[in-house]
Amino acid sequence: MLGPAIAWYLVVGSAIFAIGAAGVMLRRNPLIMLLSLELMLNGANLVLIAFARLHNSPGGQVFALAVMAVAAAEVVVGLGLVVAMARRKIEIDVDLLSRLRK
Amino acid sequence: MSVGNIIVWIVWIAAAAACIGSALAVVALRNALYSALALIGNLISLAVFYLLLSAEFVAAAQVLIYAGAVMVMFLFVIAYVGWDKDIAWTGGPRWQTLGSVVAAAALLCELVVVIVLGAANDLKRTDHVSANFGSASSVGRVFMSNHLLAFEVISIVLLVAAIGGVILGAQKQRRRSGGLR
Repeated sequence: MLGPAIAWYLVVGSAIFAIGAAGVMLRRNPLIMLLSLELMLNGANLVLIAFARLHNSPGGQVFALAVMAVAAAEVVVGLGLVVAMARRKIEIDVDLLSRLRK
Repeated sequence: MSVGNIIVWIVWIAAAAACIGSALAVVALRNALYSALALIGNLISLAVFYLLLSAEFVAAAQVLIYAGAVMVMFLFVIAYVGWDKDIAWTGGPRWQTLGSVVAAAALLCELVVVIVLGAANDLKRTDHVSANFGSASSVGRVFMSNHLLAFEVISIVLLVAAIGGVILGAQKQRRRSGGLR
């Protein structure tokens, strides 16, 4: 068995997930909140691929690809919202986005 | 310990350090542009992990789609919005910052405890995987047979997201009374 055990991969994935969760809660810039969401999704992806290797079945990798597609969709909609905020001259700050209309 | 094992360990530790460090940088850096660049580093070091877990196709897709296409879109929007605008960390009171850090730390502790409890008995991986494990053909075969419905649903999700992006980004020329400008 080359390299560390699967559990170490899971620990790194969990750490990335927790850092991303902290970023979503800490930051007010919606762009950085979206980046932190990407971090959370990638932590989950790493765990999925580690489990695919553990069980020797490609189902986890298929799931990881699905998560990538969902992340791309989420980025499209989130960035669309940020562009709409910038176009309506709303300051890029989620605390000021308490209503969806100016 | 064989030479190959030592090399894999060194690569693993380097990738883990890059991963955690760049993840912290994404959250900690004030400038959104630098955060996005740190996330690109995070995605590439995750691709190293995927290669170590013999998921070659997902690693390639990660670098091409995620670190390439999605992050370029991010950088375009950051450049459009203006990356030099500094937004402070938190708006709320001090306990909010403290509370979110404590919540994230609790989440991490919980996950690590579960992993350690599980690692004792049923986290033993098989030493050998089949030669084409993680190749495009094996992943594609499973995707197109067992998970065909998921594949179709993903295509619909992407279509809806594309339409939503167009609607959100479209510059409305005529004004309608009432609704969004």
